[in-house]
Amino acid sequence: MIRFDGVTKQFPDGTTAVDRLDLEIVEGAFTVFVGPSGCGKTTSMRMINRMIAPSSGRIEVDGRDVASVDPVALRRGIGYVIQSAGLLPHRTVVDNVATVPVLTGTSRRQARREAMAVLERVGLDASLATRYPAQLSGGQQQRVGVARALAADPPILLMDEPFSAVDPVVREDLQKEMLRLQADLEKTIVFVTHDIDEAVRLGDRIAVFGTGGVLQQYDTPDRVLSSPATDFVASFVGRDRGYRGLSFRDGSSVPLHPLSTTRAESATEVRLEPSEWVLVVDEADRPRGWMDVTGLEGVRAGHSIDESTAAGGSLFPEGGDLRQALDAAISSPSGIGVAVRRDGSVLGGIDATEVLAVLAAQRGTEASERSRAFTESGPAAG
Amino acid sequence: MRWLVDNFDTVLDLTGTHLYLSLLPLLIGLVIAVPVGSIIRASRWARRLTLVVASIAFTIPSLALFVTVPLIAGLRILDPLNVVIALTVYSTALLIRAVPEALDSVPPDVVDAATAMGFGRFRRTVTVELPLALPVLTAGVRVVAVTNISLVSVGSVIGIGGLGQLFTQGYQRNFPDQILAGIIAIVVLALFFDAALYLVGRLLTPWTRTRRSGGSRVVTERSAAGEPT
Repeated sequence: MIRFDGVTKQFPDGTTAVDRLDLEIVEGAFTVFVGPSGCGKTTSMRMINRMIAPSSGRIEVDGRDVASVDPVALRRGIGYVIQSAGLLPHRTVVDNVATVPVLTGTSRRQARREAMAVLERVGLDASLATRYPAQLSGGQQQRVGVARALAADPPILLMDEPFSAVDPVVREDLQKEMLRLQADLEKTIVFVTHDIDEAVRLGDRIAVFGTGGVLQQYDTPDRVLSSPATDFVASFVGRDRGYRGLSFRDGSSVPLHPLSTTRAESATEVRLEPSEWVLVVDEADRPRGWMDVTGLEGVRAGHSIDESTAAGGSLFPEGGDLRQALDAAISSPSGIGVAVRRDGSVLGGIDATEVLAVLAAQRGTEASERSRAFTESGPAAG
Repeated sequence: MRWLVDNFDTVLDLTGTHLYLSLLPLLIGLVIAVPVGSIIRASRWARRLTLVVASIAFTIPSLALFVTVPLIAGLRILDPLNVVIALTVYSTALLIRAVPEALDSVPPDVVDAATAMGFGRFRRTVTVELPLALPVLTAGVRVVAVTNISLVSVGSVIGIGGLGQLFTQGYQRNFPDQILAGIIAIVVLALFFDAALYLVGRLLTPWTRTRRSGGSRVVTERSAAGEPT
C-alpha cells in the first residue's frame, strides 16, 4: 500500500505543484491520477519513487517512509513506464527488458532468458528481441516499456502517460493489454493521464487533481462520472459524462432485431426502397458496410462493393455495455446498430430509442431499490 | 614528388614519431577529460570555471608553450616529452569542454528513465550517458586529433622530431620538394586519422545506423507524439 500523508511540493520558483495531499492507494488496485496539465499528478507519482522529494509531508510504501529508504534500492523495486517508453536507445530490446534484473545482480544470461518470457507475455514476437528501440513502432516500444517495468516482478508499477504518444487505435490495444495483464498480475498500479476516457477505462479508482495541485475527488470511475464531488470535477469530466457513464451499465438486455444482410457477390440481386439499407457481410458473416439505393445502383453499374458501401458504424460486441450499444446505433449510417458475436459475425440490429428505454428501465429499478433501502433502514436508524 | 619517393623510409620514420607525439597527448587528454568532464557537469560554477581555464590554456601560442614547458617541468629543451606535455594541455583543454557538451546531447528523458529504474549515478554515467554521448564526443575527438597532428610540426622549430623536420630542413636547404613532401605526408596523415576515428565512432554506436523501413509510418507517429500533454 502507498500512503500520502499531508504531502506538499513547492518548486523553487514558488509554484505549488501538490497541495496537502492525503491519499491511500489500495494494494493490488489500478489507480489513475487524472487532471489537466500542471495539476501535480505527475509530480505526485514521481514522489513515490523519490524522483522528486516532497517539501513537506510523508509518503509511505508498505508502511515505510520512502525518505528513509535508499533511493536506488527503492526504485529497483518499483516498475516505471513513461511516455515514448524511455527505452535505452543503445541497447537491444531484450537487454532493455533485462535492465533491472541485471542491475540487481542477476547474470546477464539468466536475465535475458527471463526477459524473453516477459516479452512474450506482453505480446511481442521473439524476433524483435535483437532489434534496437528505434527499429520498432511506437506501440511496440511502449510494450517493451511495459515489459521492462515488469521484468523484475515489482509489486508496484508507476506509469506516466505511457500511451499518450501513440495513435488512438494502438492506444486502445495497449489499454486492453494492460487490463489483461493486470487481471493476471494484480500489481499496485499508479497510472497518470490527462485523458478522462483512459482513466475511466482503466482505473479501479480515480484521483482527479485540480489546478494548484489540490485533490478534488478520489473515487470509483462510475462515481466520478455520476456524482462529481466539485464543479471542477464536473467540468473536467466534461459534457459527455452522462454518455461516458453508460459504459458502466450492462447492455445485455438491449433487444436485438433481425437484420437484412447480403453477401457481396449476391448484392446485385437485392431490392431496396429509397430509404432502405442493407448490411453487406463477408463469407464469415462479418459486417463489411451498409449499402443504400445509390450504392446498389453503383454496384449494378460495375463499381466494387467497397466503393459502393458506406463504412459501418462502431460495433456492439456480445456482452457489451450501454455506451457501446448506443454508439453502435448512432454511428451507423442506417441508424441501426450492428451487434456482433465474439467471432465477429452479425448477431442482430440495435435501435437507439430501445437502448435509451433499457437505460430508463435500469434507472427505475435502481430508484425503487434505493427507496426500499431507505424505508427498511429508516425506522431502525430512527 | 621525386624526393618523397626516394626518401620514403625517412618519411615513414618521421611519420611514426609524428603519430606518437600527436596521439599520446590525445589519449592522455581523454583519460583526464572523460572523468573530470563528467564530474564538473553536475555543478554550474565548476563547469564555468573549467571553461574559462580551458579557454585561457588554448590561447597560449604553441611555440611559447613548447619553450616554457622544459623550464617548468625541468626537462631538457630537446626532450620530446615537452611536446607531449604541451599538446596534452591543448587536448585536455578542448576535450574538457567537449565531454560535458557531448553528455548534454543525451536525451533527458532517457537519463530520467534510467534513474527511475534504479541506476546509481556512476553506473548511469558509464553505461548509459557516455555511450549515448559517443556520436558527439567522437566529433570532438576528431578535431583534437587533427589539431594535434598539425601542431606537432611546430615542434620541429625547437628541434623535436616528426614530419615538421621536413619543413625546417627544406627551408634551410632552400629545397621546395622536401617541404612539399612534408605537407603531403601531414595532410594524408590527418585525413587518414579523421576517417579512421569516424569509422571507429560508427562501429562503437551500431544503434545510430538503425532506421526501420516504412518512412510514412514514422511520420504519422511523430505527429501523434506531438500532441500536448
